[in-house]
Amino acid sequence: MAEMTYRDALNMALKEEMRRDPSVVVWGEDVALYEGSFKVTRGLLAEFGEGRVKDTPISENTIVGVAVGSALGGLRPAVELMTVNFALLAMDQIINHMAKIRSMFGGQATLPIVVRAPGGGGSQLGAQHSQSLEAFFMHCPGIYVAVPSTPSDAKGLLKSAIRDNNPVMFLEHELLYNSKGEVPEDEDFTVPLGKAHIMREGKDVTIIAYSRMSILALAAAAELEKEGISCEVVDLRTLTPLDTATFTASVKKTGRAVVVSECWRTCGVGAEITSLLYENCFDSLLAPVQRVSGLDVPMPYSRKIEKLCIPQVEDAVKAVKEVLSQKY
Amino acid sequence: MESRLRAALPDYDLMKLYEQMVLCREFEESCAEQYTKGHITGFLHLYSGQEAVAVGATAGLHKDDYVVSAYREHPQALVRGADPKRVMAELFGKSTGMCKGKGGSMHLFDPDIAFMGGYAIVGGQFPIAVGLAFASKYRGEGRIAACFFGDGAVNQGNFHEGLNWARLWELPVLFLCENNFYGIGTGVHRASALPDIHRRTCGYDVPSEKVDGMDVMAVYLAVKRAAEWVREHSRPYLIEVITYRFRGHSMADPGKYRSAAEVELWKARDPIPAFGKRLVEEGVVSRDDLDCLQAKARTVVKEAVIFAEESPWPDDGEVWKDIYAGGEEVCPWQK
Repeated sequence: MAEMTYRDALNMALKEEMRRDPSVVVWGEDVALYEGSFKVTRGLLAEFGEGRVKDTPISENTIVGVAVGSALGGLRPAVELMTVNFALLAMDQIINHMAKIRSMFGGQATLPIVVRAPGGGGSQLGAQHSQSLEAFFMHCPGIYVAVPSTPSDAKGLLKSAIRDNNPVMFLEHELLYNSKGEVPEDEDFTVPLGKAHIMREGKDVTIIAYSRMSILALAAAAELEKEGISCEVVDLRTLTPLDTATFTASVKKTGRAVVVSECWRTCGVGAEITSLLYENCFDSLLAPVQRVSGLDVPMPYSRKIEKLCIPQVEDAVKAVKEVLSQKY
Repeated sequence: MESRLRAALPDYDLMKLYEQMVLCREFEESCAEQYTKGHITGFLHLYSGQEAVAVGATAGLHKDDYVVSAYREHPQALVRGADPKRVMAELFGKSTGMCKGKGGSMHLFDPDIAFMGGYAIVGGQFPIAVGLAFASKYRGEGRIAACFFGDGAVNQGNFHEGLNWARLWELPVLFLCENNFYGIGTGVHRASALPDIHRRTCGYDVPSEKVDGMDVMAVYLAVKRAAEWVREHSRPYLIEVITYRFRGHSMADPGKYRSAAEVELWKARDPIPAFGKRLVEEGVVSRDDLDCLQAKARTVVKEAVIFAEESPWPDDGEVWKDIYAGGEEVCPWQK
């Protein structure tokens, strides 16, 4: 184990997998010479050369489409979109092609592709650079969606995603890149896709979250503990496959649930999780499920009001108290 | 008279070109009949009139070169070597279809013959062809990627991104534009500021040429030459093939945007009888030989229809299969 940042853990995963398998290739805007706008691809060009680590034109749809074609040709591309906001320019290749090809060709094609994309709000980057679009991808069958919250998971999930034979949207949170944690240095360490992680055990209420919101949930749980409230925190790790079994089991145990997601509330990840809770744990629920989410607004720039649009620790604390105060 | 055809290809291969064009025509006309009978449903875009393009171009490629195409692609798969029975069964939506009945007319695919897909988002195939070419180059396979597309696709951003990318990364992509003058009902002059499509590649330093797509030999010779250039230089190249579809855009198209006289003019240039006439005139085959090939193609297509009719529908359980590699349990709560 070594303490390292989420950024360096991702970098380590890329390097290990590229050493392990020569069919793993990396490209994206500014990933080679410039070493990535968030420096996740630092050192890749130097170690693996320009045949495997490639800068691209600013052509997002083609970044993904070339990954699709090269996967059909036997490679395992792990490409980067500079931010998830630009994935909207690549939606045709992501949704109409990458997610469809295996199914519409009757299972004859395999697409081992990772599309890495940083996202999330909180850096005052304005409406076009602060989005959390995971629900868009989660909505669409045919692709996996990974949303790591810790450095260890960042490494383990990215390694699993690169080794997996399915296309994976790998959504990193920009505010987590500098977060630190213990990361196994073992090259065989992976975290399976589709297995949620109980980050903290508790008995009064289950907080279900992912990505940066899991870290926020842990902070809320620590605060609530001071008041004698015991929170269980379930980190989803991947939205597809979704580990329904783990979070429903937790809610059946605690009887209360708060779902925290950074994306917009309407048709957001929280809406889906909440529906699944009502479908699967209705009899166990002691109070209505509480949703904490981003506000349904385009993100404003000003620090003072941007904060209002993104879930804060106090929002999660308040929601937990709310769910504890209510009953059916 | 000395045979110009024989100077280019042996008799067997010349006959093969004719045979393939006839098979494509018979197949497509049979599809129209099966659509009318309700056996083929959904979208159906037929290739009749454009046969010289698929046949001539495929003959100019290596067997293992990648081919990608759009949604008017039955002949490109057939000429590549797809079993007509499995193609027809796919169109019928049967479990024996090329893609188990999950793709349909617009989504044929068979990696065994390097036919890497029919794609139905206009221009969606450009980056895929570029990616296949990259994989081939990376793995040192010497295969090129041939990318068929229509005149309507050249105003998609993908076309321009793909040309730029293929040139920048020096990838062996042969862009094959089938200019049949219409993107559904919008004439090429009403959609492209510069309707001479082959001239549009100069902004990307990609060489190009224009070829008569009603002449199978012209297409074959141009594609063969271009494919070898692409392979040798690992660079993209574009051929604009001038052709015409005799039928509507799809079966739902009454074709009111073009005159009957225009259609008749092009039908008079039908590539199949034109090539047949040359074969007879230059002494490669007799008229009887041609009739024989026609009858053979008709039989093959008839057998394909019978096969499709008699094949079973997909099992209901197929709905959940083939979506994820190695995992059908991604959404178990929905089953």
